[in-house]
Amino acid sequence: MQLTVENVSFRYTEKSPWILKDVSLEIKEGERVGIVGPSGYGKSTLARIIAGYEKPSSGRVLLDGESLPEKGFCPVQMVYQHPEMAVNPRWKMEKTLNECWHPDEALLTRMGIEKSWLTRWPSELSGGELQRFCIARVLSPETKLLVCDEITTMLDVITQAQIWQLLLEVSRKNNLGMLVITHNMTLAGQICTRVIELPEINRL
Amino acid sequence: MEKEKGRNILKVEDLVVAFSMYQRGFKKGDLEVIHSLSLDVNAGEIVAVVGSSGSGKSVLAHAVLNLLPGNARTAGKITYKGEVLDAKKCREHLGKEISFIPQSVDYLDPLMKVGKQVIGVRGTKERQEEIFQRYQLAPETAEKYPFQLSGGMARRVLISAAVMGNPDLIIADEPTPGLNVEMAMETLQHFRQLADDGAAVLMITHDIDLAFHVADRIAVFYAGTVVEVAPTEDFIKGKEALRHPYSRAFIDALPQNEFKPLPGTQPYAGNLPKGCLFADRCPHRDGACASDIEMREVRGGKVRCVHAE
Repeated sequence: MQLTVENVSFRYTEKSPWILKDVSLEIKEGERVGIVGPSGYGKSTLARIIAGYEKPSSGRVLLDGESLPEKGFCPVQMVYQHPEMAVNPRWKMEKTLNECWHPDEALLTRMGIEKSWLTRWPSELSGGELQRFCIARVLSPETKLLVCDEITTMLDVITQAQIWQLLLEVSRKNNLGMLVITHNMTLAGQICTRVIELPEINRL
Repeated sequence: MEKEKGRNILKVEDLVVAFSMYQRGFKKGDLEVIHSLSLDVNAGEIVAVVGSSGSGKSVLAHAVLNLLPGNARTAGKITYKGEVLDAKKCREHLGKEISFIPQSVDYLDPLMKVGKQVIGVRGTKERQEEIFQRYQLAPETAEKYPFQLSGGMARRVLISAAVMGNPDLIIADEPTPGLNVEMAMETLQHFRQLADDGAAVLMITHDIDLAFHVADRIAVFYAGTVVEVAPTEDFIKGKEALRHPYSRAFIDALPQNEFKPLPGTQPYAGNLPKGCLFADRCPHRDGACASDIEMREVRGGKVRCVHAE
């Protein structure tokens, strides 16, 4: 599978300034591409467009030459920076975890998700614990590209290393492509096969 | 008043924080999230607090500032410049002598333009413009609402609000995530400047490598207590200079070092083991770890481990 971003431009309204202009990039199967750039330059906006949560003002995002499916499981999945805002506060963790597929016991153990957490509410878990759920729930074999928007920024370095080592393992095993947004260049160096500076491909 | 360096500004002694929660049906129980925690910050110094997510770092900040919710119960003693910091004293000082940079950008008022929020009750427009310029926020940012800002811009707005006055104590809860390295470094350099001018800074952070550049001492939290307090040089020297196995695991997990994770997770506050809280993940565990572990001095730092030498 290959993801192609073709001349994507984006702005919120007709009158507001452009955030992204003619951005093009490609992610090949199993490639892990890092996106870096200063804050406020549209990294997260680009991530949301690629994952299909935001429609570009012009241009398109193609997966193997076709646009993302509107129905069913979307092969492009996204993990957010703030897990507490990405889960339903009125669902217990078990429901959130099994929303779109059923992760097996082995994955839960590898992710460090304890059995007793499944019966808790999101407000009873820390950010690091919640983020493990947010990652486990998108690691279905049907996921072909994972968009990671600063997913370990609010985690301690040990949890960060745990999560990334696991993601690297899954990425190699399932040939999972990744788009990794981060400010940490050393981290990008450890994870990514290629790093793109967003200001360089954004023709503002 | 002249700021006198080295003078104790904030002292936390044997702090305990517990939240009362309903456990099953109408049965109420206490969840103790911070246990016998002691820490001090002096004028002119930056103390960085690092540690696992969910180890109670933010709870400490909220306890100091009397911002805990109604179901919290605290014990122990918190003093500011020698006097007990109760709710009344806190209200008096907050925003003047003590300033707080909250972790979440949700702390901004969504219905108020950010310029007005930064000026607050005691600030001036001129000072706000000067600070915005320092943090590279365009003048028109002042006229925007929080939802119109990016994560990094909102973060800089929070910092601007905190340095509006001339604080003696700054408590910053994760001031840098979402900022690019240059901006994060600049923010920390600014804290350094404030500390060099005599302020005391307590900085909670995950960016331990950035903290290395500016902090004087680093406190490592685990499962609701401090396991080690050491001068920053010890962290830079590497894991041999450190005293607690958890601090050493921290160094190993950095992407610029081995990027090697320590297996396991920190124990849940409702189900803590007896004795050393780190024992189940520790390579040096033995019978001595099952007793109560006191904080003690080892090689110019403090550590909560019977095996440290």
